[in-house]
Formats: sequence, structure tokens, C-alpha cells
Amino acid sequence: MSTLDTRDSRPYWQRYMPGHHWRSAAEEFDSCKFGFWLFLSTEVLLFGGIFCAYFIFRSLYPGAFMEGSRALDWRWGALNTVVLLVSSYTMAASIYCVQKGLFSRAKLNLWITLICGLLFLLIKFTFEYTPKWSGYFFVLDPALSHHTETMVQGKTAFMGLFQYVEGYGGKRPGSLFDFPFAKDANMPLWWSVYYSGTAIHALHVIIGMVLIARVLKRVGQGYYGPTHYTMVEVSGLYWHLVDLIWIFLFPLLYLIH
Amino acid sequence: MAHDAHHHGSYLTPKGGFWTTVADWATTVDHKKIGMMYLVAILFMFFIGGMAAMAVRLELFEPVRTHVDPTTGAAHVTGQLFGSKADADAGNIKPGNNLYNRLFTLHGAIMVFMVIVPSIPASLGNFFLPLMLGAKDVAFPRLNLLSWYIYVIGSIFAVTSIILGGVDTGWTFYTPYSTTTDPGFNRVAIMTLAAFILGFSSILTGLNFVVTVHKLRAPGMGWFDMPLFIWAVYAAAIIQVLATPVIGITLLLLTFERIFRVGIFDPALGGDPVLFQHFFWFYSHPVVYVMILPGMGVISDVLAVQSHKKIFGYRAIAFASLGIAGVSFIVWGHHMFASMSELASMVFSALTFLVAIPTAVKVFNWIATLYKGSIVLNAPMVYTLIFLFLFSIGGLTGLPLGTLSTDLHLHDTYFVVAHFHYVMMGGTIMALMAGIHHWWPKMTGRMYDEKGAIAGALLVFIGFNLTFFTQFFLGSRGMPRRYASYVDEFQIWHQISTIGSFVILLGFLVHLFVFLASLATGKKAPANPWGGLTLEWVADSPPDEHNFHHEPIVTHGPYDFETVVPPHWDPKDYPIPAENKVAVSHH
Repeated sequence: MSTLDTRDSRPYWQRYMPGHHWRSAAEEFDSCKFGFWLFLSTEVLLFGGIFCAYFIFRSLYPGAFMEGSRALDWRWGALNTVVLLVSSYTMAASIYCVQKGLFSRAKLNLWITLICGLLFLLIKFTFEYTPKWSGYFFVLDPALSHHTETMVQGKTAFMGLFQYVEGYGGKRPGSLFDFPFAKDANMPLWWSVYYSGTAIHALHVIIGMVLIARVLKRVGQGYYGPTHYTMVEVSGLYWHLVDLIWIFLFPLLYLIH
Repeated sequence: MAHDAHHHGSYLTPKGGFWTTVADWATTVDHKKIGMMYLVAILFMFFIGGMAAMAVRLELFEPVRTHVDPTTGAAHVTGQLFGSKADADAGNIKPGNNLYNRLFTLHGAIMVFMVIVPSIPASLGNFFLPLMLGAKDVAFPRLNLLSWYIYVIGSIFAVTSIILGGVDTGWTFYTPYSTTTDPGFNRVAIMTLAAFILGFSSILTGLNFVVTVHKLRAPGMGWFDMPLFIWAVYAAAIIQVLATPVIGITLLLLTFERIFRVGIFDPALGGDPVLFQHFFWFYSHPVVYVMILPGMGVISDVLAVQSHKKIFGYRAIAFASLGIAGVSFIVWGHHMFASMSELASMVFSALTFLVAIPTAVKVFNWIATLYKGSIVLNAPMVYTLIFLFLFSIGGLTGLPLGTLSTDLHLHDTYFVVAHFHYVMMGGTIMALMAGIHHWWPKMTGRMYDEKGAIAGALLVFIGFNLTFFTQFFLGSRGMPRRYASYVDEFQIWHQISTIGSFVILLGFLVHLFVFLASLATGKKAPANPWGGLTLEWVADSPPDEHNFHHEPIVTHGPYDFETVVPPHWDPKDYPIPAENKVAVSHH
């Protein structure tokens, strides 16, 4: 959209012209931010569905939810909260650095943000998901999906396609994870909410990391600077939202017994 | 008139050879081209959904009957369009019924998600929102193109699901049926994924429109100088942004439930099916107003322009749009009267009646506008009057459905089917037809044949009432919806209804012919064929690539017909009504 003179050797952000339908770059920036806030409101509503399901099922089956919550280790959740809070700070700092033209510091901050995102996912998969699955194997045969009786009997138990079969694969569920199904028949609901909520959140973390990686690459190429940093800013907004969703997920899933 | 030949040329001017032009359209960020591509895509899906409807109507022409031969004891099935002869001879009605279920699901899902929801905002809205605001484009042109591609991808998913055999859940995908039907296949998952993808398209369009209205109004255009079409599209866009994510998460969880067997909605997995209904209708009720609000906007504009009269109660209509958008979020429960507590049902019933207030405000204001107007009975105006007639019936028949005691009898019958067809087809599609005719000269640069268009409109009107008015009788006499067969006493109503549906088809074929003839041989359209005052009539017909030659400055209201001479006014195009003579002499 913007018209660029290829002979102009200044960095992109200095040559940047707003789209032809805008009266000024400031108006374009304001509108992009406004549009992005609207988009963030749709994200909040998307997770609103998960939270709504959480509250309804919690009020219907408080026992299963308390039991389920005890099966999580709050320490991993807390560590991940700290990781995300740090990344939110570095993200905000990187926007400031780009605005001030401090590009190497901006890149450093973006790297830290990216590493924090990666750390979050690592903790999630290595210490939270995997131990819970260690006694499970992946069932690919849809015929095995009809499992209601097995679930109630408690010998083999089901969490979606992940079927727990006693003795299968050797390892018992780890110390961080209390095998839930024998205790409460409504426990699967808790795990459904837990996995759906945290998995969709993890997906958002991945999308946020892709955005940040793109910004990082483009900061290196001189795309953004004091007069043009829209993408840096909205990527930051997205990352803060990912953080915010976790701030709600963490106490609801880990802390309320 | 369009006379600035030295300028860029119209947006329709080909950029080069055939493939260059195709590539230009496929990568365009011009809101006019995107609007036209949406229009074509939506009309194509309308054709597919319409064919499914015809098939449904044909099946219902005769009831399905099993005859047992008293001597041999052999069963034989008659009246079944979709069963094979072998099945009929074996007395087997199930395969035919399954196909019937898939056809009405196909009809519902396509018409709702791929036609009526995007119809007016994505096509006419995309084309005219920036023009009416005096802007060069929507706020985010590339996002706009992306939303068209997302729409196409979503439609491809839906069509794939149909080609693989279709879905028999009804367009509402109620659990637990939708999570257990067709095991081994994932046609339901593909179809729900399609609806999920289409939701994204809807969100992006809505988001784009909200920002455009806030940020890109021409100099001099305050909020209350905007055409009412913009107000309506704006209100609908807010609903699109705020309601669609909820269907997003609902369909995502449904897909998780089907594929990973996590239990949220399926009682066999410990879930709650009523929660699905709450989630589903929390989106799908507000979205009913995404369907109708832009239609109301078209009617407000067409009605004022074609009767050359200042709209009555401008602010009331504008606020009614926002009022409808607001109320739309608190009435979803009336789709589940049967599955809620009595108190909750009463509350939702009371809230439902609130919708009638802003809606009636609009209808009364439209009628007041017609009073003493210089009404021109051309195709857009005929469709506007058809809208008023059909939509009023649709709205009023909503009242017995919102009343708990009568709903007990009427719910899940053909009365409901007739009601929502009067609102959705009689409302939205009629408004779309009014809008297409009204803006056809602007979009294509050609005039259409007025007599042919009016003939088509009257056929559609007659056919529509034959098809759907009979269904009120069917429903109030107890014919349940979604059944392939019925008792004999209903047959005459079903036959009238089926004949009516063919009259509708004939009407739309007449329209198709009129439109094609207009494109091929139509008279060149003047810039302002109807004498409108809004900014799209300042632009050429068809508009210049950048919409306007100079950025327009707004100095008058959108409907000040008494005091303002229409832009590009030519006495040959249309007669200036007597009341406006004063304005002309001032000029």
C-alpha cells in the first residue's frame, strides 16, 4: 500500500508512508490500535466460554473440581506465572526501546520474551502434561472411544483419546499427579476444562511467539523505529492478553480448592 | 453525470488481459471489488442452499406411506423422493429419511452461515460503507481481502462435508447427537469447523467496519450525519465482533469433544447438553440481528430516497439499531423455554418482548416516511414495500412464540419455520434484493429493465406467501418441523407450499435474466439515477478506482430532500418531486 522509493537508503521506518486512504500516519496508528483492541475483546469472549463452562461445572460438581484442583501442583503454575510476568515486562520494555530507537536493547528484550514463552511451554509440556499422560497411551481406534463403563469401573480409565491402562508402559502416574478417576465420576469434566483451557491458551502462546519472532526479525531489518512501530505495539498487546488470560487461569485451576 | 474521463477510470476497467485481470481481482484490496466478489460468492451459495430447499419441498409434496400387502405381507413405500426403488420395495424408509435430514441441514447451514449472515454487510456493506462515509477504502483493506478468502475457505470446508455425505444434525448442531452421529466419519467436525472459520470472516468484517465508521468519516460528517444504512451496519458489526467468538469457542469445544472425546457437552462423558444450547444461542440469537439490522438499514435508505422525503425520526431509527443490538444479547434463552426453569423462562419471555419496541419504532417511522412522499414504484421500492409487509408478519408472529403459554403449543412446529422464514427471507433477502436493485446502477454502471425486475419481485412475493403463509396453518394445526412425512390432512397445505416454492424459483430466475441482460445490453447508468443525497451518488457510476475525484466535504444531512439539490441531478433521469421545486429554483 505504501509507496516506497527504492533508491532511498534510509531505514524502512523513516521511509514509511501510511496507506493511501489515511489522512495521516497518526490516524492510521490510532485506528490499528483501536482495531486491535476490538480483536482482543473477541479473544476475551473466546476464553469467556471456557471460564463460563468452568463456573457452571464447578457449581454443579464442586467435589470433582476441588479434587481435580488438588491433583495439580501449584508450584509449576506459579513458576509459569512468574515466567509470563517477566516476559510481559520485557515485551513492554521492547516497545519502549523501539520508540526510543534503542534497537539492540529492543532485540535483547524481545529475545528474553521469546525465551520466556518457550520456557512456559517447556514447563507446561514436560512437568504438567507429560506426567499426567505417562500412564496413558494414545488410542487411535475410535471403537475404543466408547468407554463409559471402563471409566466407572476405574480399572482402565479415560481422558479423551488418552486411555489409562494400569501397568501399560510401566510408569505409574507421577508424584505430581493423583490418578483422579477412581475418586469421582465427574472428574473427567474437570480434566476436560483443564485441558481445553490450558491447551487453547498454549496455542495462543505459540501464536504470540510467532508474532514476536516476526517483530524481532524485522527490528533487525530496520522496519520499526520511533515514528513507525504499530506491529511492535499490537504484538505486545497480544502478548499481554496471553499473559492476562493465564493470570485468570492460574488461580482458578491451581489455587481454589 | 460521469464526465471526468481524464481520471483513473472506473474500478471495473480491466487491468490488462484475462489472466492479468483475474490476478488483479484475486489480490485486490479495493473494497468495491471485494464487495462484488462477496456478492457473487453469496449469490452462488444462495443458489445451492435454494436447491436444497427445493428438494426438501419436493419430498414434502407427498407424505411417505408404507403399504402392506394383506395377502403376501410384503411392505412397499410410496411418496419418498429420496429413497431408492429397492428400498421402497423392501419397505425400508430409513435411508430416504436420512437423506431428507441432510438436505434440510444443508439448506439451513448454508443459508444461515454462508448467505444471510454475510449477505448485506459483506457485499453491499463492503461496497457502500466507505462510499457513503466519503472514504477511499475500509480501515484495513488487506484484512478485508483476507476475510473474503476465509469465507471461501469456510465454504469449501462446508461443501467438502456435503460431498463426503453431508450432516444430519440440523444447522444448530445440538449435542449429544452432533457428537455421536456418523461415527467413523468426521463430517460433523468438518461442518462445525466450517462454521468456526466463517465466524472468523464475520469477526474481521465487523471489526473493519467498526473502525472505519469511527475513523474514516468524511470531513463534516458527524455521527448523526451518517446515512441510516451505516448506523445499521455499525450496530450489526458490533454484534459480529462481540457474539461470534462465543460460537467460536462452542464449536471448537464441540470439535474437541468429537475428536478427542473430552466431555463438555455430551452427557455420556459427564457434560451438559443444555450448556451447549446456551452457548450456541448466546451467539446465534444476537446473530439473528446481524442478519436483519443491515437489511433494516437498506430499507431506511431506499425508502427515503425512492420517496424523495426526509426520513421520519432519523435519531429514533439510529438509536433503535443500537437498541436492538443491545437487547439481542439478553434474549437467547427463548430458544430453550422447554429446558429451563419456569422462572428463567418467564424472565426470558419478558426480555424477548423488549425486542418488539425498537423494531416497531423502525416500522412506524418507515410508514410515517412514506406518508406524503413522492413515491416512485420501481423495483427497489416494490421490494421495500414487500419487506414492510412480510417483515411485519414475521415480527408479529414472533409474539405468540415469545409467549410461554402459546409457545408450548407452537414450538418446534411449522409455525416456527414460517415465522423465521418471514423474518429471515421476507426480511433480509427482500432487503438484499431492494438494495441490489437500488445500487445496481452504481455498482455496475448499467440500468436494469424496470418492468422485468418488478415482475420478478411480484413473483417472489406471491410465491413467498404461498410457500410460507400456509406453514402457519400447518404449524398451528400441529405439524412438527423437520419431518419427512405427515398425516394426510396436511397434504393440501404442503402441496400449496411446494407450488409456491416453485413460483419463488421462477421469480429469482426472472431476476437472474434481468441482471444478465442489464450487464450485456443495459443502458449506461447516470451517476445519480434516483436523486439520492448520500455520498455514494457523488461518485461516478461505476465509481472511480479511488471512489471520489476529490475528498467530499459533507454540508448537509443524508435525507435533506426539501432543501438540497441532489448531486449530478439531471431532469432526464428522474422527475424532481413537486415539493422539491423550491430547492431547485434556489440552485
